[in-house]
Amino acid sequence: MQRLKLVHSDSSPNDVLLEVSDFSLRFKGAQKDLISHVSFSVKAGQTVCIVGESGCGKSVTSLAMMGLLPEGAAEIHGGGITFDGRHYDLKDQKALREFRGSRMTMIFQEPMTSLNPSFRIGDQIAEAVQCHGAHTAEEARARALAMLVRVGIPAPEKRMREYPHQLSGGMRQRVMIAMALVNDPALLIADEPTTALDVTIQAQILDLIRDLQAETNMGTIMITHDLGVVAEIADTVAVMYAGTVVEAGPAEQIFNDPQHPYTIGLMSSIPKLTGPRGRLATVPGMVPTAENMPDGCRFATRCPFAQDICKTDPKPQSFGNGHVAACHFAPLDTHFEACA
Amino acid sequence: MTQDLILQATALKKYFETGSSFTGKSSVRAVDDVSLDIARGETFAIVGESGCGKSTMARLLMRLLSPTDGQVTFDGQDVSNLKGKELKALRRDMQFIFQDPFSSLNPRMAVGSLVGEPLETHFPEMSKQQRRTKVAELLGLVGLRAEHAERYPHEFSGGQRQRIGIARALASSPKLIIGDEPVSALDVSVQAQVINLLSDLRDDLGLTLIVIAHDLAVIRHMSDRVAVMYLGKIVEQGPVDTIFSQPRHPYTRALLSAIPVAEHGRDRDRITLDGDMPSPANPPSGCSFHTRCPFAQDKCKTDVPALRDTATVAGHTAACHFFDDIAAAHPDAVVADSRPATEAAQSRFDLYQDAMRNGVTPKVRQQQ
Repeated sequence: MQRLKLVHSDSSPNDVLLEVSDFSLRFKGAQKDLISHVSFSVKAGQTVCIVGESGCGKSVTSLAMMGLLPEGAAEIHGGGITFDGRHYDLKDQKALREFRGSRMTMIFQEPMTSLNPSFRIGDQIAEAVQCHGAHTAEEARARALAMLVRVGIPAPEKRMREYPHQLSGGMRQRVMIAMALVNDPALLIADEPTTALDVTIQAQILDLIRDLQAETNMGTIMITHDLGVVAEIADTVAVMYAGTVVEAGPAEQIFNDPQHPYTIGLMSSIPKLTGPRGRLATVPGMVPTAENMPDGCRFATRCPFAQDICKTDPKPQSFGNGHVAACHFAPLDTHFEACA
Repeated sequence: MTQDLILQATALKKYFETGSSFTGKSSVRAVDDVSLDIARGETFAIVGESGCGKSTMARLLMRLLSPTDGQVTFDGQDVSNLKGKELKALRRDMQFIFQDPFSSLNPRMAVGSLVGEPLETHFPEMSKQQRRTKVAELLGLVGLRAEHAERYPHEFSGGQRQRIGIARALASSPKLIIGDEPVSALDVSVQAQVINLLSDLRDDLGLTLIVIAHDLAVIRHMSDRVAVMYLGKIVEQGPVDTIFSQPRHPYTRALLSAIPVAEHGRDRDRITLDGDMPSPANPPSGCSFHTRCPFAQDKCKTDVPALRDTATVAGHTAACHFFDDIAAAHPDAVVADSRPATEAAQSRFDLYQDAMRNGVTPKVRQQQ
């Protein structure tokens, strides 16, 4: 069985905020697991980036962590999630409600569709306060206002009374962050928080998340497809492909010493800002669908190095400091030679 | 100019009227006095953030919109006021690739009819059989198979749909293709496939490409020359390598420094811009960038800067009063080439590149 551990062996279990261990999930009626044996953990003050392309299961994993998958659609097939040292049942919505939105919060990609267009933003943030704890309306509004100041919204008193459509994309994402952080969460899950934004605004939002994290020491899980964003903010990285973690480890090692062919392919596909402009390497083909998921290594159908043995589950190989890659042939340079 | 120009825009303006006679009319200056020269065979990129007017610009160049003022010349012919038959002929020579491959293809049409439709419009004399052959040829050109003609758009992935869109654009044998964010809806690995395809097609078919994009790395990879737009105006223009190594306009500098680079621990002097782009309905006086510019001075609030030559290379222009002073005070950052830290990692990248280029599986090393 493949198990990818992100936790460093020297870390005491106490400061681990959230641990996903050997988590598998499939949709009802499906033959194969959509998410297969995924493990990672987040500590206080740490930023974990889950990176992968569309359909790799990164968003489903994050929704599962929040207990937000529609009931009856998906079933957990193995493993589980521990938060605050407590194993929790993803079906027990009542228990989930206790910490969802307060101890563990989430921001989404598209701030326009995640804010309610018919309520003033001040009321929406205040509502998040009042849902968790007995606060008077005045207290809640005061906290909402203080939060808007913290996320750097100019003229916050005026903005409190405005509606989402009156704000720009960057401002809306700041409001989303204010709403997520108003209850001082221990863990923030950010699902592509800057994808819909322009680069200059993206830089502002990443700086904001980093500053707030330093201030509050919260753990952050950032889900993104952009390796540039990952390089900016990640402490540890988990690369996902087709519902499995193919490579994980400290950011420095993932970028400087990538091991899995998919990670290498992904990095080679990005056009560079410096150096020669040759032909881009690509990852040929496309992600297999859930019904056609190959046995063994799920990347084998697109991997230029695939051999017969890849039809069996690859054992994760360790490269020190918690850096693991699930490939039969890692490191590639010791197993292959360039064709003449 | 001795260059062979295919498309020329002169003092192009597009103002959109908003509001009603009750609320008071105002106009949004989406494109404000833009001039461009595009040479035959080159790839020209227009870059800018949302709301800068780059998509309006593309639609003006295509004559999908009529300009409020100014002139577009295609192949020596003024096309600003073309109508009817002449406009249809122009459409054959100029084609468009849209951003979203999900909404730009009619879901009720099979791929064969989607690609065949422009053939029907522009070459009505073609027989059904000829058309079918041509469709198969076009699909082959973009890396799809002839039997895909029977299928419907929903059966394809995003990258394949974008290929269908490209086949459709190529159907009328155009001289010029404008791509409005042609790869930004795609995942990086698929994006790389489409970028490679577009550059192959340009070389094989002798096309001129105009690419509108917000991703600077994609632009650097694909294009020969770049124009940077901000609030409906071109603020800087020049050869791609010069723009990336010696940007002169403060906005270009900020834009370049804001791109996250997929490399660990790179230290960069980031110029962080505060606030958002102002509304094009109510642009600031003077230089439209002065509200966010870290180098703004009093002159910037009153005087509109014109594009003028920089001291770098011929054809590099920037619209800033103080770019010489700024360049003197803030020398260009020398950006090192990105390479993985270890030799072993570099050899893995080389192995991967080799395998991709040759299309063969590398040899398994014999164990000693």
